[in-house]
Amino acid sequence: MTTPAAPALSATFDRESLDRLLTDQHSGRAVPAWANDRRRAAFERLETLALPDRRDENWMRTDIRLFKPKAWGPRRRPGPEAPVPTGLLADFLAGDASGGESFFEEATRPSGTSTQLAGRLLSLDGHVLHEQLDPALASRGVLFGSADRLLASHGDLFERHWFSVIDSQCDWFAALHAAFHTASTVLYVPPGVRIAEPLHVLSGLGEGGIDTSHVLVVLGEGAEATVLTETAGGGSASGAGSGFHCGGTEIVVGRNAFLRMVNLQNWSTGVWHFARQKAVVHEQGRLQWTLGALGSRLSQVAQDVALAGRGASAQVNGVMFTEGRQQLVYNTLQHHEAPGCKSDLLYKGGLQDRSRLVWRGMIKVDKVAQKTDGYQRNDNLMLSREARADSIPGLEIEADDVRCTHGATSGRVDEEQIFYAQARGLSADEAARLVVAGFFQQVFDRITILPVREALARAIGSRIRRIS
Amino acid sequence: MTAQPQEKLVISGLHAAVEGQEILKGVDLEIGRGEIHALMGPNGSGKSTLGYCIMGHPSYEVTAGSIELVEADGTRHDLLAMEPDQRARAGVFLAFQRPMSIPGVRLADFLRHAVTNVRNPDRKEGQELMPMRDFRSELKAKMADLSIDTEFARRYVNDGFSGGEMKRAEILQLAMLRPKFAILDETDSGLDADAVRLASQSIARIGGAEMGILIITHHEQLLEHNIPLRTHVMLGGRIVESGGPELAAELHKRGYERIRAAYPEAAAAERSMQDALGSETAQPVTA
Repeated sequence: MTTPAAPALSATFDRESLDRLLTDQHSGRAVPAWANDRRRAAFERLETLALPDRRDENWMRTDIRLFKPKAWGPRRRPGPEAPVPTGLLADFLAGDASGGESFFEEATRPSGTSTQLAGRLLSLDGHVLHEQLDPALASRGVLFGSADRLLASHGDLFERHWFSVIDSQCDWFAALHAAFHTASTVLYVPPGVRIAEPLHVLSGLGEGGIDTSHVLVVLGEGAEATVLTETAGGGSASGAGSGFHCGGTEIVVGRNAFLRMVNLQNWSTGVWHFARQKAVVHEQGRLQWTLGALGSRLSQVAQDVALAGRGASAQVNGVMFTEGRQQLVYNTLQHHEAPGCKSDLLYKGGLQDRSRLVWRGMIKVDKVAQKTDGYQRNDNLMLSREARADSIPGLEIEADDVRCTHGATSGRVDEEQIFYAQARGLSADEAARLVVAGFFQQVFDRITILPVREALARAIGSRIRRIS
Repeated sequence: MTAQPQEKLVISGLHAAVEGQEILKGVDLEIGRGEIHALMGPNGSGKSTLGYCIMGHPSYEVTAGSIELVEADGTRHDLLAMEPDQRARAGVFLAFQRPMSIPGVRLADFLRHAVTNVRNPDRKEGQELMPMRDFRSELKAKMADLSIDTEFARRYVNDGFSGGEMKRAEILQLAMLRPKFAILDETDSGLDADAVRLASQSIARIGGAEMGILIITHHEQLLEHNIPLRTHVMLGGRIVESGGPELAAELHKRGYERIRAAYPEAAAAERSMQDALGSETAQPVTA
């Protein structure tokens, strides 16, 4: 599916490639000085940092010894003939695939019905190829698309948040991302504007390609939106080339606003994936944030939610499926900074072959955050004896009137379940897939975006081999 | 009974072991379509093992003998060479004494897979399921027929079901799958008298001239509406005696002392099996 990425612009991420980004990478309008200053500051920081090592507790379960930082540098713009990898959601957004009818809801969605998109952005190897936004939304003040373009034209709306939500100083990857991000996307939804249809961002990689894209989403008071981001392509673990993603996501949910955010990571299995993602939810704001991860050779993801205003709530969903020798590491934080907030995290993982999944979660409750309702749970289903999952929940509570609980389970597909289903005419493989689908159902039930649920269910189903 | 030759489930000289321990020590049994047979016997005599062997449970190793489907024209199909799902597609059904739960999988979805496969034995995974419209109307009709609320189909398979609900779900699956041969393993256990009567009536409604049924039970109530052509008594891994419906009544009233006395060899086998398996299987099942 993938073809080699465009040739390198620079061999590495050095001062020369930074200067090129600062001067000539955008056409026409000038990126504001503050944005370039932030790049420079991140680069200065990068120069002082080494790769994280296992003494850092966030990295102690991540094996990046084979990652060679000097092997990567920015890429030229791919030619028009370069094929763009297909995203996981493509068939489901286009309505080409029916996720199956439900016994109870007659014709919930006739097959062949496509999902209208409010906007879309497509990038390949760190270059925006295509962007579009429903003109009706543009006329209501919605801004969506390439950050280079929109920071130049509407910098004042983004300046406060751009690389201020996430910490771009904390480690080598964060600093690299903040210094060298390209093909980034911003979304601004003005107060009171509700966008019914999803906005879709697809970041693609050619074989050996690099993606350093950044996403910033800002919802004004009472605004509503659904944002689907997904990744695809890159080299396979067996083939040459691999790929490198070093990205970041920043989310600001205003008062009474509601955001449904989805990040689907479906790189090929040769890709190194490093991402720092954080959302800030203000008073009475609501966030439903779903991570789906099927791809990459190795992932290290920080997913933080800050409940910053009274009565804010966040539901965090994780759906992971790993195979081969994939290694995915998630560090999550639910930070209750204000009283009366609710956070509810459910990560579910399925592992086959010799893959490894790590979840380390923390609920942090500040002293002022009385009446906090915090929950975190991680369930893993082991489909092979060689797979390994680690669940490390944590609580750090300074307030005294809170309800915080956590749980973690790790189980296997029961042979008795398989036999029972076989006795009803299902083949062993079909039975195993059904059992695994059932395992994920609990988290799918929480994801209110039908194409996402369908795409994840289909993708996971197709990966399950005979349970060993 | 018609005099015409009929399709049969034929078990001959069946020996089976679990974890190296022999449980079945030569079982012979023949069930024709349209016939009802009762299989009785004390706990640990091997009744459930026979059911598992017919269905092909991987933990039960058949060491000798055969289980075959014999068509009316004499064509024989070796069940032992088939995977459990192939046996189901060939028309064999086992109602489990303790059905497994499958959390996250709705009973309706599970049944739609099952019905599709059993009715299209050559179906490969991924091929079309039975049209939802047809499946829905058929399932709703069957549920109404068995006085089961439609909402029941929305629940996850056996997940959090009461004992009675599990048994009703098994009977519903029996009704939908309409096998040629059904083994009902203690479909009455754990039920109160009213529920047993309902189960008995339901099974009678589902069965008929097309279905051969082997009812494994400790009690005779389940046979109230399903009068067996033959009643078989299992002891120590063998069928030691067969008779008519009156045998079931006798065993229910008087227990197995006469049988044990009449077949000392089987009774000795029963004792040694219980010693080997520990006291667990010797415990009476409590409702």
